[in-house]
Amino acid sequence: MEAVATTNTLLQLNLKHDAFLEVRKNAFAFLEKAGLPAPKAEEYKFTPITRVLEKNFSSLQPEGNTGKINVSQFIIDALQAERIVFVNGVFDASLSSVSAETIHIQTLSSVQDKNIISKVGSLAKSNTDSFVALNTATFQDGLFIEVKANHKIEKPIIIHHVADASSGKVVTATRNLIWVDENASVTVIEKYDAVGGAVFSSHVNEVFVAKQGSFTYKLIQNDIGERYQFTHTVIHQQNTSHVNCFALCLNGKLIRNNLHLLLDGEHIDSHMYGLYLLNNDTLADNHTVVDHMKPNSISNELYKGVMDGNAKGVFNGKIFVRQDAQKTNAFQSNRNILLSDTAGVNTKPQLEIWADDVKCSHGCTSGQLDEEALFYLQARGISKASAKALLLYAFAGEVIEKIENETIRKYIDGLVAERLNQHF
Amino acid sequence: MLSIKNLQAKIEDKQILKGINLEVKPGEVHAIMGPNGSGKSTLASVLAGREEYEVTGGEVTFLGKDLLALAPEERAREGVFLAFQYPVEIPGVSTINFMKTAVNQIREARGLQALDAVSFLQVMKEKMKLVEIDQSLLNRSLNEGFSGGEKKRNEIFQMAMLEPKLSILDETDSGLDIDALKIVANGVNKLKNKNNATIVVTHYQRLLDYIVPDFVHVLYKGRIVKSGTKELALELEAKGYDWIKEEAEVAG
Repeated sequence: MEAVATTNTLLQLNLKHDAFLEVRKNAFAFLEKAGLPAPKAEEYKFTPITRVLEKNFSSLQPEGNTGKINVSQFIIDALQAERIVFVNGVFDASLSSVSAETIHIQTLSSVQDKNIISKVGSLAKSNTDSFVALNTATFQDGLFIEVKANHKIEKPIIIHHVADASSGKVVTATRNLIWVDENASVTVIEKYDAVGGAVFSSHVNEVFVAKQGSFTYKLIQNDIGERYQFTHTVIHQQNTSHVNCFALCLNGKLIRNNLHLLLDGEHIDSHMYGLYLLNNDTLADNHTVVDHMKPNSISNELYKGVMDGNAKGVFNGKIFVRQDAQKTNAFQSNRNILLSDTAGVNTKPQLEIWADDVKCSHGCTSGQLDEEALFYLQARGISKASAKALLLYAFAGEVIEKIENETIRKYIDGLVAERLNQHF
Repeated sequence: MLSIKNLQAKIEDKQILKGINLEVKPGEVHAIMGPNGSGKSTLASVLAGREEYEVTGGEVTFLGKDLLALAPEERAREGVFLAFQYPVEIPGVSTINFMKTAVNQIREARGLQALDAVSFLQVMKEKMKLVEIDQSLLNRSLNEGFSGGEKKRNEIFQMAMLEPKLSILDETDSGLDIDALKIVANGVNKLKNKNNATIVVTHYQRLLDYIVPDFVHVLYKGRIVKSGTKELALELEAKGYDWIKEEAEVAG
C-alpha cells in the first residue's frame, strides 16, 4: 500500500479482508489522495486534529488490548435499557444484554446479508470527510440495528464505548448502521468513557428514518482519560419523521462531532441540542448540518457551552434550505460563556437559503457570566461560588430540560451539577 | 446600628460620594432624597457592596463591624438588604429555589440549621401573604417577564424572607402605579419593628406618604446638604430642589 504524504499516521493501515472490503478499498483510495485535513482546512480551521494526532499516535490503525477494565463503573444503574458494550472497539458479548424481540441487533462483523452490507457507506460517504474515510477503511466492528415497521421500542438502546489505555495507546474505529422503518421508534444512547493514556476513536453512525419514524439520539462524552475522538452521525429522514438529538461534551482531550441531518421529506420535525461544559485543555468542536431538501419541515437547534481553564469550544452550524424547500422553519442558536481569560470559543452559523418563503433565524453569543446577576444573588447572602454555579446551572438547564427520558435527564442533570459545583 | 463617616466613593474616574455622614439607629426610618445624579443610588450600592464602585475614603460601621471589608454576601448575612432599583431577571432560576439557597446559606453562616423543604414552604407562605404575592409568580424564573410592580413586590417578598436588620430601598417607587406602591409600602411597614432600620432612597416625596420617615436627608453632589424631619420632604415636594441647590452652592 502506498503511503499518504501528509501524515505518517496513515502509513501502516491494513484493510481487513471481510465482507466490507470493497467499501474499505474505496475509502482508502480517497484517503490516500486526500490525506488528513491540512492545518488551515476550512472544516478543521479551529481544530488542529491532524497535528495533534501526529504528535500522539504513530499510526491510526485500530489496535489495543481488550484491557481488563471494570466496565460496571460506567453503567447507568437506574437506566432500563438494552445494553451493548464495546471495549477498545471490540464487541463484548458478556457485558451486553438485549431482551427486546421486536428489534434486530447484530454486530456488523456477523452480517452476511448483501443488502445490509451494501448500506455501509451509503449515507456517510467517504469523500465528505477524511475521517469518515479513515473509519470506513479501518473499522473494527459495530452494530446493525433495525426497528421493524410499526414497532415502538420502549427501552432505549445504550451503546458503551469504553476505552482502556492503561497499558498502552489505543486506537478504535467503530460504526453503526441504524434503520428505523415506517412508523417505528427507537432511542439510541452512545456513552464514551476512557481511562489511562492516549486513545483515538473514530465512530460513524448511518441512520435512516423512514416515513413517520422516530429516532432519538443521545451522545455522552465524559472521558476521564485522554481520548481524542471523531464522531460522525448522518441521519436521513423521510416524510413526517421525527428526530431528536442531544450531545453532552464534558471531558476528553479533543472532541470533533459531526451531525448531519438530511430532511428528505415533508412535515419533518428535527431537533438538535448540545451542551459542552469544558475545563482544563479540552477542545470540543461540534459541526452540524441541517439540509432542508423538501417543503414544510421544521428544524430547531440549540447548542450551549461553558468554557473554563484553557478549554476551547467550536461550534459551526450550517443550515441549507434548498429551492424546493418552501415553508421551511429553521432555527438555530448557540450561546457561550467564558469563565477564564484563556478559555475560548469559535462560533460560526452558516445559512444558505435558496427558497423564498421560509422562516429562518440564527443567533450566537459569547461572553462572561452576567456580573449584575451575580451581584444580585450575592446581595441575598449567596456565596460567589454558589451564585456562579446557580447561574451556570440555569444556563445549562435550558438544554437539559429538552431530554425526554427522565432517567437520562436526571443522570445528565447530575453530571452537570457535579461539574458545576466542583470545577467551575 | 449603621454609622457612616466621611464616606467617599468613585466609579471609574468620577468621584460621586464626597463625604457622607449618617447615623442610623434601630427602629428608625431614614429617607435619602435628592435630585438626579446626586449620588443616592451610589450610596445604596456602596453599602450593599457593588464592586464597580471604589471607596476612596471614610468608613462604614454596621453593628460594630467594618462593613466595607465584607463581601456582598457577608453583608447580607450580617443583615443588610438592598431592594434593587432594577431587579435582575435570571432565566432558569425560580424565586423559590433562589430564596431557599439564600435563606439556608444565611442560616448556615449564623450557625443555624438549614430549613427543610416543609419548614421553608411554611415560612414562605406566611411571607407571601404579607406582601400579597402569588405563588405562581415565585415558581417562575426570577423576575423574568415580571411587570414593574411584580418585580418590586418580589423584592419586598425577599426582604420579608431574609428578615434584615437594615433594609435599603433604592428607588423602590420608580415605575409603580399608586396601587402597587401601596402594596409595597404596606409590606415594608409590616416588616418594620423596633430592632430593624430602613433607609428609603427616593427622588419623590410620594412614597414617603406611605412609608413615613423619622428623618429626611437631602443628598446633593455627593454630600448630605440638609437633614430634617418628614416636613422637609413635603417642602421639597412643594418647592423642588432648586432652593437646596442654591443653599448648597452658597455654603460650598
